[in-house]
Amino acid sequence: MTEPTAGPLKRTPLYDLHRELGARLVPFAGYEMPVQYPTGILVEHTHTRTACGLFDVSHMGQVRLTAKPGHSAAKAMETLVPGDIAGLQLGQQRYTQFTNDAGGILDDLMVTNAGDHLLVVINAACKDADLAHMQKHLSATCEVEPMFSRGLLALQGPQASAVLSRLVPQVASMKFMTGAYVEIDGARCYVTRSGYTGGDGYEISTPAEQTDAIARKLLSHPEVKPIGLGARDSLRLEAGLCLYGHDIDTTTTPVEAVLLWSVGKERRVQGGFPGAAVVQKQIAEGSTRKRVGLLPEGKAIAREGAEIVIDGKTVGIVTSGGFSPTMGRAIAMGYVERSQSANGTKVDLMVRGKPVPAEIVPMPFVKHAYYRG
Amino acid sequence: MAETKYTEEHEWIRVEGDVGTIGITQYAQEQLGDVVFVDVPAAGRTVAKGEACAVVESVKAASDIYAPASGEVVESNAALADTPGDVNAEPTGKGWFFKLKLADKGELDGLMDEAAYEAFVKSLG
Repeated sequence: MTEPTAGPLKRTPLYDLHRELGARLVPFAGYEMPVQYPTGILVEHTHTRTACGLFDVSHMGQVRLTAKPGHSAAKAMETLVPGDIAGLQLGQQRYTQFTNDAGGILDDLMVTNAGDHLLVVINAACKDADLAHMQKHLSATCEVEPMFSRGLLALQGPQASAVLSRLVPQVASMKFMTGAYVEIDGARCYVTRSGYTGGDGYEISTPAEQTDAIARKLLSHPEVKPIGLGARDSLRLEAGLCLYGHDIDTTTTPVEAVLLWSVGKERRVQGGFPGAAVVQKQIAEGSTRKRVGLLPEGKAIAREGAEIVIDGKTVGIVTSGGFSPTMGRAIAMGYVERSQSANGTKVDLMVRGKPVPAEIVPMPFVKHAYYRG
Repeated sequence: MAETKYTEEHEWIRVEGDVGTIGITQYAQEQLGDVVFVDVPAAGRTVAKGEACAVVESVKAASDIYAPASGEVVESNAALADTPGDVNAEPTGKGWFFKLKLADKGELDGLMDEAAYEAFVKSLG
């Protein structure tokens, strides 16, 4: 989870709160971020699955995209991503990717139609590059406005709706992947019913200076506990969700990553995004490899970088692996040759030179619990 | 009379006669966080001082455990397979890893005693 960074680490608006709560802070994507609180990752994970967890994801980048007169921000955005952005209804949100000319993934992101503008949420480690990319390609048609100082809180878990609707009654009826501007304690926030845990929940974009007060208010509800990046990682892995820089990067396409569901049906045919020809060819002929779920036998954990082997021959590599607190066992995902990717295929994962038997399984590992109304 | 020594890698070894019991320290378990799997060496294996011979997996990462001394593994803690959390709860008790028949007790002279180890941990900040 940690990585070397140049220069001083940045802090989110919740830095002081993390310190007060006894978080263990680690460098992550140039920020000093809480990897866990004193209760530890297992308790935090389980709490998020059974009650409600509050995550600080303010390190992620938020960008507002507003069309210049005579242009469409959605149409402009579609020149950079394969998702159906023009088709987003007011308040509707979609997961998509910035692709490069080879169809590789520069970053994955969320785009929401917020009325007269789009709201874009990008990964922390990519946000400066993403912003430059958007400015370069979209400035002729859109105002590209970074809002990197804003706070972003993720409130996740089966109790999230009960908690947030005490402050904002209208969020109770919001459906998964929709958003709206709301007021929380006088602060204008944008709330979406989304997240990256596989469970029900919300992401709340807050003005920087009111982020701390809103976080404290949410934490004052007995169901809510602060959750660090450690549990965020184990939760998203159980949900079968990709971590950029690990499960997807510039060398993987949306087809290889099995993210074709996020590519608009018309856009598959019409293209018009970087690398469209590569993606269309893979849709027609199949990619040489694909992302799969892996369930190791026994308790050894196969982590990122472990080779996937069949009969002594390497057929792929693990890109994320860890312990699933919900299942009480090791889980992993990785890429294998497509000819070997059928569910039920027996493989060995090489852990410290020893083969750990595993089976290719469908994902998610833990059923999604999104609120679809 | 048992004597406990410590390594800079945060292992402890408790010596009774010519057998040493090995585990990780309170500081180490705090740093690791929740332990979910421990791979301990099988009885009969011969290990050299400094050799990576066990692995402790927390939710976050895998960490090698190094033999604090040379010798032959005479017993490993089989209970950790079902209750790896013992390493967090009782790192110097139920959370022990393995027992070693020491080849040369003189190797222990270079290790830290409890006071020296406490000072070492303090120096880490």
